[in-house]
Amino acid sequence: MMRLELVKRPQRSALFSALSPFLAFALTIIAGAIMFALLGVNPLTAFRIYFIEPVSQVWQLHELAIKAAPLILIAVGLSVCYKANIWNIGAEGQFILGGIVGSIIPVLFPQFESPLVLPLMLLLGMVGGAAYAAIPALLKTRFGTNEILTSLMLVYVAQLFLDWLVRGPWRDPQGHGFPQTIQFNDSAVLPELMPDAGRANWGFVFALVAAVLVWILMSRMLKGFEVRVLGSSPRAGRFAGFGLNRMVFFAFLLSGALAGLAGISEVSGAIGQLQPVISPGYGFTAIIVAFLGRLNPLGIVAAGLVLALTYLGGEAVQSALGISDKVARVFQGMLLFFVLGCDTLIHYRIRLIGLALTKPESAAKLEAAPKLKEAR
Amino acid sequence: MDITINILLTIATAATPLLIAAIGELVVERSGVLNLGVEGMMIMGAVGGFGASYLTGSPWIGLLAAIAMGAVFSLLFAVMTLSLATNQVATGLSLTLLGLGLSGMMGTSFVGQPGERLPNLEIPGLTSIPVVGRLLFGQDPIFYISIALTAAVMWFLFKTRTGLTLRSIGDSHTSAHALGIQVIRYRYLAVIFGGACAGLAGGHLSLVYTPQWVENMTAGRGWIALALVVFASWRPWRVLAGAYIFGAVWIGQLHAQAFGIPVPSQFLSSLPYLATVVVLVLISRNKRLTMMNTPASLGQPFVPDR
Repeated sequence: MMRLELVKRPQRSALFSALSPFLAFALTIIAGAIMFALLGVNPLTAFRIYFIEPVSQVWQLHELAIKAAPLILIAVGLSVCYKANIWNIGAEGQFILGGIVGSIIPVLFPQFESPLVLPLMLLLGMVGGAAYAAIPALLKTRFGTNEILTSLMLVYVAQLFLDWLVRGPWRDPQGHGFPQTIQFNDSAVLPELMPDAGRANWGFVFALVAAVLVWILMSRMLKGFEVRVLGSSPRAGRFAGFGLNRMVFFAFLLSGALAGLAGISEVSGAIGQLQPVISPGYGFTAIIVAFLGRLNPLGIVAAGLVLALTYLGGEAVQSALGISDKVARVFQGMLLFFVLGCDTLIHYRIRLIGLALTKPESAAKLEAAPKLKEAR
Repeated sequence: MDITINILLTIATAATPLLIAAIGELVVERSGVLNLGVEGMMIMGAVGGFGASYLTGSPWIGLLAAIAMGAVFSLLFAVMTLSLATNQVATGLSLTLLGLGLSGMMGTSFVGQPGERLPNLEIPGLTSIPVVGRLLFGQDPIFYISIALTAAVMWFLFKTRTGLTLRSIGDSHTSAHALGIQVIRYRYLAVIFGGACAGLAGGHLSLVYTPQWVENMTAGRGWIALALVVFASWRPWRVLAGAYIFGAVWIGQLHAQAFGIPVPSQFLSSLPYLATVVVLVLISRNKRLTMMNTPASLGQPFVPDR
């Protein structure tokens, strides 16, 4: 039987650290080609439609920016969590709550029109996302409850809450019974960057600014050092006087606020009203973005654009080839798989052990057997 | 009386997939591996089970396909985390994301197709016994598998040598390795067992619970199963109890919606998820209980050095 063996490298490989995302992307392309071939589509045609045609015109680049903005915003926040070994996987719910809380002004006070409206909405969106993220943080610090499961459960609750709002109390009375709120008035709509060229709005700028700010925080400030220390060795962090509980709150509130900002930007920019579903799974895809970007805010900007392209490509192959747009999710999943696998190469060399080597191994087992008895 | 029995039967049907998936994950976690991909393996089992049953016309073949699908899909996780020592949390998450996408793609042509339900047990004379007959002798085959599986896992973990070895690996893989135990091999088998269970649980959804294919039809049950394992503090019989409590919550909210209780249906639908959070909080408040029972090397990657 063939077996893999990992041999620890004396130090982490800088080469593979840089190469791993590209290697992962290449492997995804190969696996994708096999998948398209199995679906009976010429892989080259499929790839042209999937990866090249969706970004061959200027207005399409704007669509790419629209999809990339929430992914980058959310992933930048998540990268801080994951660096600190805190597992917030409920960004999808924080995104939705950001969208809801940020929409309070345009939905309940539509007659309020002022340049103040938009900043207030963005602020409320961040507050909403952060407050929702505070729940798993509180439960973790207070009772030691596993944050993975609580943050995820709250996603389902948020989705149902939004569904209730837009079908119930917040439904547009003049909306012919459609489950949606009123269209936001002009002062509540996030402006487009270059209205003549395409639809991209200020959300993309927010994403870039957030990425740079968090990059500075993580690489140039004490807080960033604290995050890394507590993430890699909580014990060392305790000795240094860094509080783990404070860190849990910091990471959750930061990532929640950014997810909330992404939510309200999406609602007031790309959509213009609340609907039962406001996210095609941005909160989950952002997890992939965070890892593909090596938990580095600047890498995340690049990774966000790549993952945004998988969304656009999914829509493109659906309309051109009649393949389910779920193909996008498959690409995203494979990409994360391969990037995690390739990351192993940073710390380990991989040796393939074939049949020839199984003999000494079984001899070693025989040697170990009497030892086992003694130990009992 | 009949209503009570019907409610009990539906609770059992709702609890069975949770129980099977959680029992599988319990064995995985007892070996020291945290597989967050339960939801993904479950949905793959559901689509595989429905697909095989739809194409062959036999729900029994569907049942086997669901198990195989879950096991094969879990192998992906095993290779990554065990052979390549990747982060288990991230890998499990990606297994779930990949499963949700892949199942959606594979199931495109199954949407809206009628499925065939696995027949309920029918023993002449026994099933027709009033009151208890249908409860004990008239349920779907997977219900009996789930009970047998729970008993078997209890016996295996606590009454056999191999079970003891498995638990010792979960508590300290380095000591187990030093004793000459093949840590990685045990963990491979545990993960594949967990995958097969999750696949079977998914198959229950698409072959018994609602015999059809609906995208994302697991609706978070895989995650609830993960929570059940924590709630049960890694004990099989407590998983059984927990699964039935959650089954009752699930059915209770459906009945409440049907009765037209003046509470928005969305609030009732969110009850199982909120209940999960509440239950997790209650159990984690008891620090000693959690500390004592959590497999000590849970979630830590292991690379044998030689």
